[in-house]
Amino acid sequence: MTNDELKAYLLDKFPSAEITLGTQYVQMIVASADLHQTATLLKDAKETSFDYLICLSGVDYPEYMEVVYHLESVSLRHVMVLKVRTSDRANPAIDTVSDIWITAKYHEREVYDLLGVHFNNHTDLRRLFLEDGWGFPLRKDYVDEIRIVER
Amino acid sequence: MSEIKEIMFNSDRLATDEYLVNMGPQHPSTHGVLRMLVKLEGEKVLNIQPHIGYIHSGIEKMCEAISYPQIIHLTDRMDYLSAHMNNEAVALCVENALQVEVPERVKYIRTIMDELARLASHQLWWCVMGMDLGALTTFFYGLRDREMILDIFEETCGARLTVNYNLPGGVMFDIHPNFQKRVKDFITYFRKKLPEYDQLLTGNVIFRERTEGIGHLSLADAIAYGVTGPSGRASGFSNDLRKHQPYSAYPLVKFNEILDHRCDTLARYEVRMKEMHESLSIIEQLIDNIPEGDYAVKMKSVIKLPEGEFYQRVETARGEFGVYIVSDGKKNPYRVKFRSPGFSNLFALNNMAKGHKIADLVAIMSTLDLVIPDIDR
Repeated sequence: MTNDELKAYLLDKFPSAEITLGTQYVQMIVASADLHQTATLLKDAKETSFDYLICLSGVDYPEYMEVVYHLESVSLRHVMVLKVRTSDRANPAIDTVSDIWITAKYHEREVYDLLGVHFNNHTDLRRLFLEDGWGFPLRKDYVDEIRIVER
Repeated sequence: MSEIKEIMFNSDRLATDEYLVNMGPQHPSTHGVLRMLVKLEGEKVLNIQPHIGYIHSGIEKMCEAISYPQIIHLTDRMDYLSAHMNNEAVALCVENALQVEVPERVKYIRTIMDELARLASHQLWWCVMGMDLGALTTFFYGLRDREMILDIFEETCGARLTVNYNLPGGVMFDIHPNFQKRVKDFITYFRKKLPEYDQLLTGNVIFRERTEGIGHLSLADAIAYGVTGPSGRASGFSNDLRKHQPYSAYPLVKFNEILDHRCDTLARYEVRMKEMHESLSIIEQLIDNIPEGDYAVKMKSVIKLPEGEFYQRVETARGEFGVYIVSDGKKNPYRVKFRSPGFSNLFALNNMAKGHKIADLVAIMSTLDLVIPDIDR
């Protein structure tokens, strides 16, 4: 599907989501309660069949934390961006998608490690790079005590 | 004696406990500081848990404090064998965000450099693969030929490994006057040497015994784990971004995406061997036709990206490399995320090596072609 067709399709299927056409890809923001169901549908529906999770990133914005999923369909070759937001900075929690795309299991561990986003129902949510008790360095309020980044 | 025989053939009295072994962080076959907690039953691998973080350098965090041209210099340090492609990913991302069209000459130079870097990376992989399996000669053959590419890099870029040749808007310097001649000499030379590689390792009986049917990764698993690059293509996962999302001069050249459906260690090996031939052919198509013109467009001295999000995918020697830049309009990015191929590839290892012998684990890891700073960035 081209970006426009994909956007029209998604608007039809997910009326409650916020769907826009970015500079490169169609972007869809879903409520965190709908994430798991939406992701399952995106993967299983024949028209979309997003079976390849390219990249899973976390971003810390001033008002909310966001997790971004770049998805591609191997057979249909279209790409989209799925986003989910949570405004709870103290205990951000989002459902895991590691049962849908296995690779998410490790990408989610990375996001948990660096941004402190908790993933519900994740089978093995441990820190990946850093020691236990370390802060969450990619958060904007992280204090860089050893001044490794800002000199 | 009879008692030993009894113990040997009477499984009840043989201890068959499962035990854990630490492989790494200093194990020679991990090629970097990767630790794997391997659960074994005798020699059989039951489970592998990779532990990373020994060389975590916080590159994504550092990027938030520096400007876009500076970020390019950090990307070298991740996958140092695909340094040029990593540089290019950031340069392309910035150019696309600013809608800068680079001169044709730049596209040609970048593509030739990409393929030279891919060749150098595959050569190093090949010699290390042989060494991991106990064949030291391959190491000398591979490094001898790789040296020629590094010399070409040195002459044009001033560096051999972390080349830093790309800039937003073009490349740092024009190609050296000797560049075309040396590259052509190298192609002629390496075309003759590649059959030697096959004679030395590919046809070797011991090598084939150790790779054929080992480390099966099905197509469905390759997609689910996001295993890209030659490792994914050996499972039939068509993911060559040079074909699917062409950038630079790739739309202008003819080449084949190498796919294999055997899914085992030998398939991953052969895909890389065939890719070397394709790389040589891509360079050959471009090297005589480099158009005249500027080697860079003039950019503003302070580069500011418009507000928004930008994503760029390129094909490195290991697979899909992605740069995700979130910009808030300032001279440094709000957030940068690198999607490194090695990260996704590494975690498919457990799936591939389960049930095989611990010696096979080394062979399987070799064909994944891991570069640890790429995973642990």
